[in-house]
Amino acid sequence: MTDRAFFSNLLRDRSSAAFLTLLAALAIAVPVLNLVVPASSPFHLSTYVLTLVGKYLCYAMLALAVDLVWGFCGILSLGHAAFFALGGYAMGMYLMRQIGTRGVYGHPILPDFMVFLNWDALPWFWLGFDRFWFAMIMMALVPATLAFVFGWLAFRSRVTGVYLSIITQALTYALMLAFFRNDMGFGGNNGFTDFKDILGADLQQDSTRVVLLVVTIAALALSFLACQFIVASRAGRVIRAIRDAESRTRFLGYRVESFKLWVFVFSAMVAGVAGALYVPQVGIINPSEFAPINSIEVVIWVAVGGRGTLLGAAIGAVLVSYAKTYFTGALPEVWLYALGSLFVLATLFLPRGIIGLMPVRQEAR
Amino acid sequence: MPLLLAALIWTTPASAQSGDDEFLTAVGELREASFADKEAIAERLMASGHASAGAVLTAMLEDRLFSTQEQKVVIVRSNDESLTSFELLDPVSLDGAGSAAPASLTRIGTNNRLRRFLRTTVARFALASPDAGVRLAAVKDMVRTLDESTVELLKTRASSETDPAVRREIETGLALAALDSADPADRLRAVTTLSSRYSTEVRNRLASLVEPAPDGSFAETDEAVRVAATDAIESIDSTRQLYSGVETLFFGLSLGSVLVLAATGLAITFGVMGVINMAHGEMMMLGAYTTYVVQMLMPNAIGWSIPLAVPAAFVVAGLAGILLERTVIRFLYGRPLETLLATFGVSLVLQQLVRSVFSANNRAVETPAWMSGTLQLNEALGITFNRLYIIGFTLVVFSILLLVLRRTRLGLEIRAVAQNRGMARSMGIRSEWVDAATFGLGSGIAGVAGVALSQLTNVGPNLGQAYIIDSFMVVVFGGVGNLWGTFIGGMSLGLVNKLLEPYAGAVLGKIFVLVALILFIQRRPRGLFPQTGRAAEGT
Repeated sequence: MTDRAFFSNLLRDRSSAAFLTLLAALAIAVPVLNLVVPASSPFHLSTYVLTLVGKYLCYAMLALAVDLVWGFCGILSLGHAAFFALGGYAMGMYLMRQIGTRGVYGHPILPDFMVFLNWDALPWFWLGFDRFWFAMIMMALVPATLAFVFGWLAFRSRVTGVYLSIITQALTYALMLAFFRNDMGFGGNNGFTDFKDILGADLQQDSTRVVLLVVTIAALALSFLACQFIVASRAGRVIRAIRDAESRTRFLGYRVESFKLWVFVFSAMVAGVAGALYVPQVGIINPSEFAPINSIEVVIWVAVGGRGTLLGAAIGAVLVSYAKTYFTGALPEVWLYALGSLFVLATLFLPRGIIGLMPVRQEAR
Repeated sequence: MPLLLAALIWTTPASAQSGDDEFLTAVGELREASFADKEAIAERLMASGHASAGAVLTAMLEDRLFSTQEQKVVIVRSNDESLTSFELLDPVSLDGAGSAAPASLTRIGTNNRLRRFLRTTVARFALASPDAGVRLAAVKDMVRTLDESTVELLKTRASSETDPAVRREIETGLALAALDSADPADRLRAVTTLSSRYSTEVRNRLASLVEPAPDGSFAETDEAVRVAATDAIESIDSTRQLYSGVETLFFGLSLGSVLVLAATGLAITFGVMGVINMAHGEMMMLGAYTTYVVQMLMPNAIGWSIPLAVPAAFVVAGLAGILLERTVIRFLYGRPLETLLATFGVSLVLQQLVRSVFSANNRAVETPAWMSGTLQLNEALGITFNRLYIIGFTLVVFSILLLVLRRTRLGLEIRAVAQNRGMARSMGIRSEWVDAATFGLGSGIAGVAGVALSQLTNVGPNLGQAYIIDSFMVVVFGGVGNLWGTFIGGMSLGLVNKLLEPYAGAVLGKIFVLVALILFIQRRPRGLFPQTGRAAEGT
């Protein structure tokens, strides 16, 4: 037993180190390949690929957040994309305010869609979003608040299992319907787009995009470390105990609700930050980000990568998203077949995901 | 109007062959006649008692009477401007007489005066019809355009009319006319009659009596009549409000029925097997597409397609469900979250399958004639037949399901496995077989729900997704594994949704319902009717 525990510990440490090294290498290589290597060289990295990498890394962060609650705490959230989208909307509001007079209608304060709807003043919840620090706080605070209220209500009354999954899905569905409404003040079904600059830097510039990517890599590394820290701590062991035997943990005297609630809130914050980093890179945020299917796709990333391992979640997110990009481009009609089969096959044959395959290989060696 | 026309052809007594020539001459004269002459000719046509007189006059009123380049008068079947060729009818025999380009025909014109005359004449024909429906339509038409001649017509008809609905409509018309009478007593009586009518026209007419003009005077000079009119408006408004409440209730019940249909299958699989079937919505979609295919196979018998599609959809979706259970779900028992993911994968594959086979566009499923139309209970309340049928259909399906679960061997085994799988197995029940049958039953009912949905919404690859979240809400709200819970849950969600709609709008109302449900689950984590006993502990 001790041998196995030791080996798995070593594996975890080794692979985490490898992961962080890979991220560091990316953070150096991508700027060099994009900015320094001339466009004519075969080693040049186009801005399209750069943006794609940034998008995948945001997804990886979201997957970490989902893995933390599902893989380690047993809470299957089918609404995590809601937190992602809320973070994204917070960033989007800042970017909209930055447009200023460069909008189609040239109004100094109101975003285009408000002028279009004949509004004469900013709604109260838009105040403050012209300051970056405020928007930054909101990116984490808004998802965290929603997660806190929702989690407090749900965990305290011991809503568990599929019931919890279904009401998280209802939550994101309700938010989607709400954000689709024009009079909500979030741009209706068009959402926010046509962003100009962030902190004074032009979003169309390659250098800005490189900086955004490096920031994303740093955020991913930080959240990875933070999750790793939580999982390895004493609290992490309680969280896993809750996953495996909730009632027993409660009978041992732990406040199961509090542990669940804080993991859930932390996870929502990570998801919110991921969403905030996602928006300036893809250049748009609209209510379809709230669609229930998005949240379910996140869950499948984690399942494919290997739930209960942080590394697996991140790898799963990147691999499945890459597959999606490839298939929707090359064979659009095949994508849903592939994704659907992936769900079925991963749950039937890969209960521990891709990561689950690795120790076997190690032992064989 | 086509109804009217048909009635006229059938009911006017046939006249002798010798009248044909005379009739044709009179019709021919219409080409060159002045408006005043046309009126005289029309009177002659009517007096002739010829079988086609009504049809010709109706055609003239509707601008469907033309003269050809060969100086012949013809009726066109339809003068729709989008037509490139008009279908011609012979004015005497009313048989087909070839077709002609619209440009080659000259319309036999009418003016306001002539039209008024024709309308009365045609209406007189219609009022004499033995079909009460035709008479009612005619009276309604006349009430809308009241003048001296129509009032006169209505008065004569009132004494001999036997059908209560037509009588009522005639009284409405006469009372509306009497409001212009010089005698205040007449007007008062008219107001009293009108206070029991609920149509918008009557209400607005009464409101115009008591609405003060800018100079403070009233259209109605008599104080007593004004008071009576105000009372009448109040009574009409409260009745109309009552009926609109009834209508909302009905809409709510019909939406609730759809939800119950969609959720019952889910409740069975969830309740018995603890399995969340995310592909449930796609089973409904399969049912809806089955309806489409059935209609494709028998385009000449649309009326029979729905009764045939119900068993067909049950079989198709049921087999798909059994296949799903045998190949995927049975390996995942006891792992509800994994089942949820795997079945979601299946739902994606099924959606794409339908897209590949039937294309991504919505398919048009026809509504049979017996399902369309409205049951008009009174001026303020009409109930559409398809919604009425769906409520009835849901009740039937639900009763059958209850019978199956309570009275049959299969139902007994299903309940036994649901309550205690281990014990049921040791009593010799093949739980594997029961699982497959349960899943087939649940999916089959989803397929049947799909047939009903095909009559309400578009049939497309996303049909299932639109209803799946609602169905989950119903199951969770009603309490898992309790059919009555599903029934009450579905009906109340439908009602609440529709009751909120007038105040909050459809989208906001739905959001309210979702939020209320999320809060409700906090209070009762296991739904309205929670399962008790051993079975409840496992989940």
